[in-house]
Amino acid sequence: MEKKDYFDLYREMVIIRRIEERAAELYQKGKIGGFLHLYIGQEAVSAGIGSVRQPQDRLITAYRDHGWAISAGIDPKVVMAELLGKVDGCSQGKGGSMHMADVEKNFWGGHAIVGAHIPIAAGLALGDVYQGNKDAITICMFGDGATNIGFFHEGLNLSKVWNLPVLWVCENNMYGMGTSIDRASAVSEIRQKAEGYGMPNERIEGMDVMQVREDVARVLEVIRKEGGPYLLEILTYRYRGHSMGDPERYRGKDEVKKWEAEDPIGIFRRYLINEGIGTEEELDEQDAQAEEIVEEAVDFAEASPDPEDEALFEHIYAEPTPVEYRGYALSQESEGK
Amino acid sequence: MARMTMREAISRALWEEMERDERVFIMGEEVGVWGGTYAVTKGFYDRFGEDRVRDTPIAEAAIVGGAIGAALTGARPIAELMTINFAFVAMDHIVNEAAKLHYMFAGQFKLPLVIRAVSGGGRQLGATHSQTPDAVFAHFPGLKVVSPGTPADAKGLLKSAIRSDDPVLFIENATLYQSKGEVPEDEDYLEPLGKSKVQREGDDVTIVAYSKMVPDALKAAERLAEEGIEAEVVDLRSLRPLDMDPVIASFKRTNRAVIAEEGWRSYGVGSEVAARIYELAFDFVDAPVKRVAQAEVPLPYNAKLEQLALPQVEDIYHAAKEVIYG
Repeated sequence: MEKKDYFDLYREMVIIRRIEERAAELYQKGKIGGFLHLYIGQEAVSAGIGSVRQPQDRLITAYRDHGWAISAGIDPKVVMAELLGKVDGCSQGKGGSMHMADVEKNFWGGHAIVGAHIPIAAGLALGDVYQGNKDAITICMFGDGATNIGFFHEGLNLSKVWNLPVLWVCENNMYGMGTSIDRASAVSEIRQKAEGYGMPNERIEGMDVMQVREDVARVLEVIRKEGGPYLLEILTYRYRGHSMGDPERYRGKDEVKKWEAEDPIGIFRRYLINEGIGTEEELDEQDAQAEEIVEEAVDFAEASPDPEDEALFEHIYAEPTPVEYRGYALSQESEGK
Repeated sequence: MARMTMREAISRALWEEMERDERVFIMGEEVGVWGGTYAVTKGFYDRFGEDRVRDTPIAEAAIVGGAIGAALTGARPIAELMTINFAFVAMDHIVNEAAKLHYMFAGQFKLPLVIRAVSGGGRQLGATHSQTPDAVFAHFPGLKVVSPGTPADAKGLLKSAIRSDDPVLFIENATLYQSKGEVPEDEDYLEPLGKSKVQREGDDVTIVAYSKMVPDALKAAERLAEEGIEAEVVDLRSLRPLDMDPVIASFKRTNRAVIAEEGWRSYGVGSEVAARIYELAFDFVDAPVKRVAQAEVPLPYNAKLEQLALPQVEDIYHAAKEVIYG
């Protein structure tokens, strides 16, 4: 890694943090609707994995997806515009917080039904294998809470039976909404669930981005060389509630404080200084740049227009298909785009 | 043209499309080595191999979810659900994923996906294996729901579904697999998705039907003809999108309609079609529209009771006479 790469990675993590903080404010002001699940505290996971995946590797995740959108390479402006439901958002305002994607960047969403994207991820890998796309790995993230639903087990089983190149990543933040892992899962060590499918697995720390990079790069190499699925349980922590509507009665302030002392951005910053890669001043400069990028993103998103009314009937189908509007067939067909 | 069963017509459509396009593959329970539980894919495994005719675990979410993922990458999977009753196990992937992904991500995701499933009762399989829940799936925008009533349509519609870039739920009826008809042998014979079709012309009464109710409606029409009543039979063929044009054109001539479906009456296909007739052709109504449907019970195992619950040719015949004579 060159100095610039370290700084880019650091700045990316700060951008994710600032985007989420600004999103929380905009949510309170009523500018962001629906549900909002913040990624604060988990930045080392998306930044770490995003920085070691190859362009042919597909990313797919659950609804806590803003960090992943940034780490997949989507412009913060486009992420913020989607949060505000604007036409310049990555899903043109039709997806919102939980449904970000950019196929050009091999980022396949943003899926909001817990665990439902897990069989789809197996299918992405199946598509690559079927079409002979060599060296492509599907990297699929989900929370600890998703490992108790049937989809998880059907998806893992299929990936092993068909030896599909999938890196299953459990971002274990220890709570499925407000229910702690030991109250919801028969085993609190999620990696054990892969044992039942004869699948190689590991549990790693997720607060140190350099460690995440090293471990994930190594595992991706194993999958590329040997094929087949692999499950990584990455221990992480979200500092904010499950969503903006979370009363957080299930954990104490001390617990959150303890984890904040292990802040992934703080850890990486100390690492960069201790290793002599950057100075306090240089990193402050990166912080300022991140701040500026996020403020520009907010300005861009606020200025971006709502989608036109016609957008309501676009994208229902890929092919031209008659559509209905309140009981009357529209004179024109759905554009089929 | 060749005379063949609906089973052969479906099998032929699958075979031809797999020969034509290497991106097309089949995945489902017992589709390969077994040859398909209804023998639709008999011989496919030997011809196309295990990569293209993939036996899956008995795990419907993995079948449909996996097929969705593969479709997103540009492959053209055909996911087979042994029966539509098992589609409930994959309900999330059908209605929450397949029907939504193209729209929700503003057209970035394309799903050239076909889900084949067998619907209908009458084979003494009991309440959980005999349902006709087609209308449930037709409720969801984003999904195309197709269900043929003749062997020719089965071939032409299935080939169109496989070539479509949209997710299509292709509903077959097991009691029709042995039904015979003339089928075009042309390998590019396609029937358009989302278009209803007049299967028999007549000026006295309109009978709207789809799937198994099409041959039943045609039988009822023959009996009516013996009494000098000419029924027009309109085959919906597609439940979503629903093409009302041939129905309305017919109704404006006959001013009377019977709608026949194998599923339950409440919130069903007949409810939708009847409502649209009233909305679009109220001035042409000479008699209340009649719905013929399944008795509102879970289907029993006993053959006599089961047939008592299922709509019969007799029911269509009597309903037609009622809308004519009151």
